[in-house]
Amino acid sequence: MARRYDSRTTIFSPEGRLYQIEYAMEAISHAGIVIGARSKDGVVLAAEKKVTGKLLDMSGAKGQSYGGSGEKIFLLNSNIIGGVAGITADANSLINYARQAAQRHLFMYNEDIPVELLAQRLCDLKQGYTQYGGLRPFGVSLLYAGYDPHYHFQLYHSDPSGNYSGWKATCIGANNGTATSLLKQDYKEDISVADAIELVLKVMSKTMDSTTLGSEKLEFATLTLDAEKKPKAKIFNPAEIDALLHKHGLAKKDEERDVAAPVPSDQTL
Amino acid sequence: MDISFALTGKGYVIVAADTTAARSIVKMKVDEDKIKVLSPHLLMAYSGEPGDTVQFAEYIERNIRLYHIRNTYALRPPSAASWIRRSLADSLRSRRPYAVNLLVGGYDTSTHTPHLYWIDYLGTMSEVPFAAHGYGAYFALSLLDRYHDPEASVEEGLATLRRCLDEVAKRLVVTPEKYKVKIVDKDGVREVEI
Repeated sequence: MARRYDSRTTIFSPEGRLYQIEYAMEAISHAGIVIGARSKDGVVLAAEKKVTGKLLDMSGAKGQSYGGSGEKIFLLNSNIIGGVAGITADANSLINYARQAAQRHLFMYNEDIPVELLAQRLCDLKQGYTQYGGLRPFGVSLLYAGYDPHYHFQLYHSDPSGNYSGWKATCIGANNGTATSLLKQDYKEDISVADAIELVLKVMSKTMDSTTLGSEKLEFATLTLDAEKKPKAKIFNPAEIDALLHKHGLAKKDEERDVAAPVPSDQTL
Repeated sequence: MDISFALTGKGYVIVAADTTAARSIVKMKVDEDKIKVLSPHLLMAYSGEPGDTVQFAEYIERNIRLYHIRNTYALRPPSAASWIRRSLADSLRSRRPYAVNLLVGGYDTSTHTPHLYWIDYLGTMSEVPFAAHGYGAYFALSLLDRYHDPEASVEEGLATLRRCLDEVAKRLVVTPEKYKVKIVDKDGVREVEI
């Protein structure tokens, strides 16, 4: 009878808990980690790709597509990038929903959707699954890194219950306890985006299972302002990630490096 | 017979509208406020079909207020104007469209710039340095073209407006006797006597 309060999302257990929501959060804590850090002139997201079998054909992901070619970091709108941890299929559906919500806002108001408003839109949807029964909640946590004229650079986190909160630096996924305490230790007020990149990479290298970082394990993105003060999202392609890691001394040694991923000479950072 | 004017200056927008409420040939009252304060930094002067005007303006006012309550910050002037235009354009394609012309003026507190939008009942919108609706437009636009200065102080702006009102008083057959004038700038909205 232990399963009496487990099977439906909308039924409280006698202790006042919603088990399905807690199980969904558990699913997320096994997913690859996503770390975000906010600075005064930009936001940074980094994500760990979990399974990369040798036979998985990633040739399509070598180039840079508009929405990000990866599995974990996506462009939600021109001013917001999202990082996901959890069930990938659920995440894809949420990302589609987010992009639609953002475009709806653009259509109605002729402005990029404010970051918090987009987080709210997704949380309204997620909260619905904790109250209207018969279905499974989304097994996805998201990080939203964005910019809007109201509050400038922002970083939000949302979880399957529909809760959301704003952060200076945070993370979701496996080992998030270790990463959080590292971020707490090393985060400083008024850091620049370059410092934030360094911080995120450092925490990433310490929390990931593998000893050396490489583009086959890592996804990376930044959001800054361009010369016209418009938000500019940049989702790094594999060659750019390797170059970035190399710059920070976190890359693999040359002899270990994959033959398939040389740094093209025309790629600069 | 409604007449409304608006002009931008250095960090402000002045919006003026006559205060006459008339039906057929009869003047019903002369203290009607036709400029709504939509949010702390946003003004909207409305004119057009009596009945439609108030109904539509109140609908806009309430929805802008709702957005403000939901999000703690108000819509910025460009976004508010876009949404108002969209509402009019949707209305135009409904069974009973609103026949309302608008001047939307506001001060954007995030970029520190004044904005003025001219919107008509067909859903045409353009951002302009100065604007007018109604019969006043025939007399005043040339004056505004000659005397408007985007860097003018509030006093200079009001003087330019005064010229427009005087010209209307001099040349228009049925001239309104009173105007309400409101200014929006970084400190919010205030009413001035002219």
